[in-house]
Amino acid sequence: MADVKARVKVPATATKGEIIEIKTAIAHAMESGQRKDKEGKAIPRKIINKFVCTLNGKELFRSDWYTAVSANPYLSFFVRATESGTYDFAWYDDDGSVYHASASIAVS
Amino acid sequence: MKYVIAGAMVAAGLLAHGAVRAADAQTGGDGLGKYIVGDKRSGYVFAEPDTRAMQDDDFQNPGMVWVEAGKQLWSTPDGAAGKSCQTCHGDAATSMKGVATHYPKFNPRVGKVIDLEQRIDMCRAKALQAKPYPWESHELLAMTTFIKNQSRGMPMNVAVDGPAAPFFEKGKESFYRRRGQLDLSCASCHETLEGRHLRADVLSQGQTNGFPTYRLGWQTLGSLQKRIKGCDKQMRADPHAFGSDEYVNLELYLAWRGNGLPVETPAVRK
Repeated sequence: MADVKARVKVPATATKGEIIEIKTAIAHAMESGQRKDKEGKAIPRKIINKFVCTLNGKELFRSDWYTAVSANPYLSFFVRATESGTYDFAWYDDDGSVYHASASIAVS
Repeated sequence: MKYVIAGAMVAAGLLAHGAVRAADAQTGGDGLGKYIVGDKRSGYVFAEPDTRAMQDDDFQNPGMVWVEAGKQLWSTPDGAAGKSCQTCHGDAATSMKGVATHYPKFNPRVGKVIDLEQRIDMCRAKALQAKPYPWESHELLAMTTFIKNQSRGMPMNVAVDGPAAPFFEKGKESFYRRRGQLDLSCASCHETLEGRHLRADVLSQGQTNGFPTYRLGWQTLGSLQKRIKGCDKQMRADPHAFGSDEYVNLELYLAWRGNGLPVETPAVRK
């Protein structure tokens, strides 16, 4: 995949205290570092090694990823809706790039 | 003795599981009805429930990445003519609706049957005056998936009469011809033994209504011809080249076998 595209799905509204599901997906080849090319040379590892979700700048959810994670990883998780604001999602690539996506929620 | 009993229980559990799946596949239970037309059954019917759920949810379906990429390419000008697909065809949601259900299709300009990938590259060469997309390139997969996705849910309906008839006959011959070191034909697995187990897998009918398909084993999306090449290798036969007449004719026969099944592109399979 030439360009990395991230998608997120967060409910637009929620009531305070409600448990909501957040869905995320990113298009990424997740090269494991264990394959070899035609000349027999190892293809360097290039995976997303960390995923962090924050709400209004406060960290909410974090996970470390390793080589066994599939290509185009999909991740969903549940959080309790506490306040209105913006969720920011960040995927950290081995090569140092960070891919961002965000979504806002109105909590009443 | 304990081990024997435990082993027997595990085996019984597996058998029961297999029997339930087989029963669903026969009757169309479990919400599978629209994937079964007469005795034709889409690969969806043979897939695991988790894989089906992944396909059904557009957000989870990784093939949608290619659909979105194709949507962008559709309106991006390319080539010496300075045109995009949209210049001639307008909104794909209306102009391309149902188009892919008729492919592979006889094309009078080249005097043979061509598949959707070849039709796209023909358009690029003639109308856009752009370089053709190479087979299995990200762009060609994206465009094919995007166009076929416009027909999602519509029944496959390829024509095999008239000028397409001789090509259909060649495709049929190819389907039944034994080849490779294992002396198998397509029909050996996908017709004679369909629904039976090949080690841990259930053999499907080899229907093509979901292609291009995201295969979890590939960790990416691929064309039908890539899948056929995989089959050839498993039969210990020499695969043909991408875009060869042999494969396009076979594609036509396979599509006809599934006439009536709904387009699922992009399907998700294991």
